[in-house]
Amino acid sequence: MARLTFKGGIHPYDGKDLSKDKAIVSVLPKGELVFPLSQHIGAPAKPVVAKGDPVLRGQLIAEAGGFVSAPVHSSVSGTVKGIEPRLTVTGTLMDAIIIENDGKYEEVPYEAVDDVSALTKEEIIKRIQNAGIVGMGGAGFPTHVKLSPKEPEKIEYIIANCAECEPYLTSDYRRMLEEPEKLVGGLKVILSLFDNAKGILAVEDNKPDCITLLKQVAKDEPRIEVKALKTKYPQGAERMLIYAATDRMINSSMLPADAGCIVNNVDTIVAVYKAVVEGKPLMERIVTVTGDAIKDPRNFCVHTGTIYAELIDEAGGFKQEPAKIVSGGPMMGFGIYDLNVPTTKTSSALLCMTKDEIAMYEPSNCINCGRCVEGCPEHLIPSRLADYAEHYDEAAFQKWDGMECCECGCCSFVCPAKRCLTQSIKSMRKMILANRKKK
Amino acid sequence: MSDLKSVSSSPHIRDKATTSFIMLMVVIALLPATVFGVIQFKLPALSLILVSVATCVLTEYLYEKLMHRKITIGDFSAVVTGLLLALNLPPTLPWWIAVIGSVFAILVVKQLFGGLGQNFMNPALGARCFLLISFTARMTSFAYDGVTGPTPLAVLKSGGGVNTLDMVIGRIPGTIGETSVIAIMIGAIFLILMGIIDLRIPGTYLVTFVVFLIIFGGHGFDMNYITAQLAGGGLMLGAWFMATDYVTSPITKTGQIVYGILLGVLTGVFRLFGPSAEGVSYAIIISNLLVPLIERITLPKAFGKGGKRA
Repeated sequence: MARLTFKGGIHPYDGKDLSKDKAIVSVLPKGELVFPLSQHIGAPAKPVVAKGDPVLRGQLIAEAGGFVSAPVHSSVSGTVKGIEPRLTVTGTLMDAIIIENDGKYEEVPYEAVDDVSALTKEEIIKRIQNAGIVGMGGAGFPTHVKLSPKEPEKIEYIIANCAECEPYLTSDYRRMLEEPEKLVGGLKVILSLFDNAKGILAVEDNKPDCITLLKQVAKDEPRIEVKALKTKYPQGAERMLIYAATDRMINSSMLPADAGCIVNNVDTIVAVYKAVVEGKPLMERIVTVTGDAIKDPRNFCVHTGTIYAELIDEAGGFKQEPAKIVSGGPMMGFGIYDLNVPTTKTSSALLCMTKDEIAMYEPSNCINCGRCVEGCPEHLIPSRLADYAEHYDEAAFQKWDGMECCECGCCSFVCPAKRCLTQSIKSMRKMILANRKKK
Repeated sequence: MSDLKSVSSSPHIRDKATTSFIMLMVVIALLPATVFGVIQFKLPALSLILVSVATCVLTEYLYEKLMHRKITIGDFSAVVTGLLLALNLPPTLPWWIAVIGSVFAILVVKQLFGGLGQNFMNPALGARCFLLISFTARMTSFAYDGVTGPTPLAVLKSGGGVNTLDMVIGRIPGTIGETSVIAIMIGAIFLILMGIIDLRIPGTYLVTFVVFLIIFGGHGFDMNYITAQLAGGGLMLGAWFMATDYVTSPITKTGQIVYGILLGVLTGVFRLFGPSAEGVSYAIIISNLLVPLIERITLPKAFGKGGKRA
């Protein structure tokens, strides 16, 4: 059988060896914790606590600001120090609830459920919604919205995105190895919402140990199948993943549900399990702290709201001065200039590199080599799109399907002229989307 | 900590390949043909090669200096142009014609249109055709072992017989770099293995040309004739090193196939029905001009816009 994959893509150095064998270690936050009100796509959450209020771990501190929104919970017990704008990973200031940790970790009581099958579908969705679960792969789309498609009976596949195609990241890998039962359990919970759906655990074949383990854990689950995908970036991009796992194609104007699919990331599914079965809100996640500047790369289980600088200390500090620090993976993460920013529900990694490979090269003329065309998983012509973007030619940009770009970064990666293709295309896309909103 | 680190938009990593690396690989791939040419045609060939390369690099440097542009001779593209031009010249050519050709290639074909990546036709071939028109007699006089005589292709065209083994090895009159199929193929295989070129353009080019020969050549399926046509003239050098020039070939994958077919047909037409026995240079530069059109009709369909995988 041909290996499941897509056309295009790249094979960057994956750097996963740095941290893949390091078991997940829980990290307790030391200083204050910062909870931005907008850790998701949609309306920001609304604070329900005020300065001076005592809070417990697991307590609701901000409620959802609408249907497409998610509540925020405190990950520690302590006192609310204030609600003020704070710097976040994207470099913008955002209103955040600051909590002083009292170090006691006193928790609210959780409503565990012994038998999930006794819950109605509405109850399950409600529990997911109340737990504040969002897509933890990076996009941060509220999970309860994703799990409430217009026609649930038309959903045929629930795909667990276990690809982890971003270089350096090993958080999903460790999660799969250490808590496969919760992943499969979470998938079962989601499957119970969709009567006609089958579950697919889609894993890249550079993780054979995960594939074996998951197959074993899911062997008595008739509705769940483990599929090995070819290792290639961006195999975990939603559209590529759906195509590899089900042979179906969607474009930018479609939702996975239009192809009968719903895709969720590993950590998200585990969070669903914890929310529905254990009654726990989302307040922890796995963060890989890695890169050639880090003394002891690790996978941490982090209380959301923990300041990044603390994670660096936990990983032994820097062995060499980093030139660039990225929140997330090297292909799609955010470059950050200040480590005094909080981890959020969508922080997957903190990558510290001793070389800034972008600043190292000066862009030169395009030589039309076609490497970007070969690498583009969306079958676009990135070099031309970047030309149009650089000339602000909105019409031509859209005519050449620039809006189909998934911003995966393959074109910039392969470009021998070192042009900033993804970067130009991305800013043009943002501008067009903003203009559309104005109309 | 707030000693500002570099910040930029993703992605944050880069592949190692650079433009100068690619150009350097092309130079290395041309070395077998170059060395063979120098061994075969001795000192005059070597001096022509050196003059062309030096003039190309110098022209690029001076133009950019005078225009207050960034000096780009470090990307080796001018070296490639100079070397390719020299390999397309007869070894007996006076050195000053090579200088004129090199200046034309870099100044007129490349720099006046915006430098690297902006030229609409292959600079080396543009210059060769310019010289062919301007110095026809000198550009078409070939000597082998000190004796001036017709090239095997010309013999073939006038109905004579040729030794195909000599043609494959390169023991024939011709331009400096085009004679030995073996030397050219060593370089071509190197480029393919390095992932610099693929078979799309040269493959469809050569296959189309052979099909054209079988249909219109008047010799039917005559292996000897086909081999002689393939090994003769600038076809091998053109197909592997000049038709594959990134800048002047289509960027779309389907477009590259169309381009290859067009090259094969045009070469066939020029060689069989034209006044000269040669036709590769003109076929390539005419196809170069059609590249924008080819790209326009072969735009790939964006992912997901066509529905399900067949």
